[in-house]
Amino acid sequence: MISALNRRGLLQGLLGAGLLASVPRFAYAKTPDDRRFIFIILRGGMDGLAAVPPVGDKDYVALRGPLAIAAPGQADGALPLDDRFGLHPALAPLHALWHAGQLQVVHAASTPYRDRSHFDAQNVLETGGRGPSGAGVGWLNRALGLMGGSGLGLAVNEAAPLVMSGPTQVATWVSGSGAGPSDYLLDAIDRLYADSPAFHAALATARDTEQLLADADTNAMTRQRGLGRLTPSFKGLASLMRDDRGPRIATLEVTGWDTHSAQGAATGRLAVLLGQFADALAALRKDLDPVWSKTIVVAATEFGRTAAPNGTGGTDHGTAGAAFLLGGALEGRRVITDWPGLSRDRLYEGRDLAPTTDLRSIFASVLRDHVGLPEADIRSRVFVDAGQMPFVADLVRV
Amino acid sequence: MSREAFIAANRFGLGPRPGELSALSGDPRGALFEQLKSGPVPTDLPGTAGALDVAGSRKAMMAEGKMDANDDGRPDNPVRELYLREVTARFDRCVASAAPLHDRLVLFWSNHFTVSVARSGVVPLAGVFEREAIAPHVTGRFEDLLTAATLHPAMLTYLDQYRSVGPNSKVGQRKDAGLNENLGREVLELHTLGVGGGYGQGDVIALARILTGWSVVTGGGDTSKRFGFDPNRHEPGDKTLVGTRIREGGEQETRDALAILARHPSTAKHLATKLVRHFVADDPPAAAVEAIAAVYLKTDGDLGAVTRAVIGLDAAWADPLAKMKTPWELTVAMARALGGEAAAIDGPLLFRRLRGLGQAPFGAPSPAGWPDRSTDWLGPDALMRRIDLGADIANKAGARLDLAALLDGTIAPVLTPAKTQFIKGAGDRASGIAMIFASPEFQQR
Repeated sequence: MISALNRRGLLQGLLGAGLLASVPRFAYAKTPDDRRFIFIILRGGMDGLAAVPPVGDKDYVALRGPLAIAAPGQADGALPLDDRFGLHPALAPLHALWHAGQLQVVHAASTPYRDRSHFDAQNVLETGGRGPSGAGVGWLNRALGLMGGSGLGLAVNEAAPLVMSGPTQVATWVSGSGAGPSDYLLDAIDRLYADSPAFHAALATARDTEQLLADADTNAMTRQRGLGRLTPSFKGLASLMRDDRGPRIATLEVTGWDTHSAQGAATGRLAVLLGQFADALAALRKDLDPVWSKTIVVAATEFGRTAAPNGTGGTDHGTAGAAFLLGGALEGRRVITDWPGLSRDRLYEGRDLAPTTDLRSIFASVLRDHVGLPEADIRSRVFVDAGQMPFVADLVRV
Repeated sequence: MSREAFIAANRFGLGPRPGELSALSGDPRGALFEQLKSGPVPTDLPGTAGALDVAGSRKAMMAEGKMDANDDGRPDNPVRELYLREVTARFDRCVASAAPLHDRLVLFWSNHFTVSVARSGVVPLAGVFEREAIAPHVTGRFEDLLTAATLHPAMLTYLDQYRSVGPNSKVGQRKDAGLNENLGREVLELHTLGVGGGYGQGDVIALARILTGWSVVTGGGDTSKRFGFDPNRHEPGDKTLVGTRIREGGEQETRDALAILARHPSTAKHLATKLVRHFVADDPPAAAVEAIAAVYLKTDGDLGAVTRAVIGLDAAWADPLAKMKTPWELTVAMARALGGEAAAIDGPLLFRRLRGLGQAPFGAPSPAGWPDRSTDWLGPDALMRRIDLGADIANKAGARLDLAALLDGTIAPVLTPAKTQFIKGAGDRASGIAMIFASPEFQQR
């Protein structure tokens, strides 16, 4: 078998000799930097008051009723973070990261969007604007543009999600790809794409990704039985990202958070999903071990959910919620919040956890202090209408 | 073979079957108008009540310990079996259809009113929902379509309505149960007015209250669910929805509310935008949207008239490759191009293929349905899988096919002479067919 480097070298040789009339192929290994950033979108509205219960808030238990997570130390109780907050018991693998100083939690956070539509809220989360936009360019795509353009980004999706969409080409990959068509056929098809740039670029990127995967033998690995529902994608991503030639910025998404009914408390529908998510993150951390000290993972959702249960044992669309930061590059454990409280008069519109932290300030701080983009560029070209949004200091270990 | 026939067969159809392009060449628009007169195809699949019985039989098997929730993938799981029958029948219907525009409308409106098997309760109902709540109304009045879709058990299940209880209803006062806003919100946001269509949180709650009562109506020890209106769950009192007072009236409130929403100018604009995006361009031209919205309002939501107006748009006949085919459309188009030599892609394999292409049948990721812009379907991995699907089908079906005839019957009207020569010169027949299927001319519509 020809390795990727030999194969690429062969192609470059042909290009140099003018024998191959194809446009140069997308190549990953151009980045001057080796830091990794993974952005996980939790689609559907993760219930922050369940995932990170504010067990120290005097109003929490009464307000949440049957959905309340018990205090640390009680049966099925929360896993303690500090005297105000705990983790949902299904998130035990994250608690280990907390003790290792590799987990931070952001609470009472949201985008600037307030109107409780999934689709608009996700649009704002991904475009990084003040309100929904039809422009179709995500903030991570703009950041990739500043980092040097194509070859750095990968979305674990069939097509790039909005946050990764835009002028900079990104790769996409989905767990479980098969052996695929022959190189002969793909070369012929590529000629049919000569006057269709979008097809040509997508095919070139897909071929490079497949080559990388062939080396890592990720396909064989992701076919292992008995892994959790989410784990194969996370493990596949890890094996791509730990490779020197692999992507530096990646997105992943986890769906199923829209728990309108029967969401449960310490056990139940939401607990199962939280458990799968935590298991997948633990697998990611393990497989990223060689580069974990250079990695930050941010997981955020489009909105939190109503503070009180609805009439059907679940929660409806709300406003502020919780987000997670994980990684060996973090400056220790921490809960980042300006906690608004849960008394009725402190709830947003009398029903939702009130937003006090703009999620964009977290994203922007990671871009500045971890990815290494200049603050001025972040303000003028990534989060362009965030005004004088503050950055969060000391997020990243320097 | 005309370019307009190509557009009629692809933009408004499901890809040409052998001979279809020449049949359409005389009067493409007239042929499409004829297709609109077609109705749902008869079937021996169970109706809504029968599908609910199938769901009940799975429950009964679980109650008797014959299977548990982890066994849902088992071939004798009656719900899985029904789902696969529905998917296969839908595929066969699309592949054989002589009125593909009608099928496209069913797919469009079924996506507009998404119910997804992402919720397990929807699995036995998604197919019958499309056949009984959507298909009969796609050239009728939108109000009827909206009412049928909103009140079908599949929708009541998917968006949690069946659990919602009016807090001041008889059941609400007796039990610790209350409102669920999910269906009310999505009817306003996704199905009628659209985002920015002039409603607020108060309207969401008002519609949620109006909708209380549509639920499971229990009938003895039967394991099947029966759906209907239960006045004991309905929130009493008048309600105000988008500025209009709706008098207390039990289930009539829902019909009054949906009638108001169906006639709202925001609904006209929202539906027109989606239709033009689907049939004309990812970024719908404003003039075209206004024209379609005007027809909608003038005809009181006559979807036959609205569809004819979309066909009448000049913009719809400008760029033959303005849109990406969805994975479903693409797979159907390949089977149609082969003239029904589609045995290679039915049943569980079809399901696996479509899931791999990012569009599991009846499995949209959210109530907003499948996305409808080219960029949503043209990711690198997705394109590779599309190429792979075409190559696989070509390998299985290729030996019996005439490459030149396939080319003429599909993409020849929009292919450059150089590309035509290149494909005809392919090293082997299967590769040539795979190249046709992979070409931008075949992948787009």
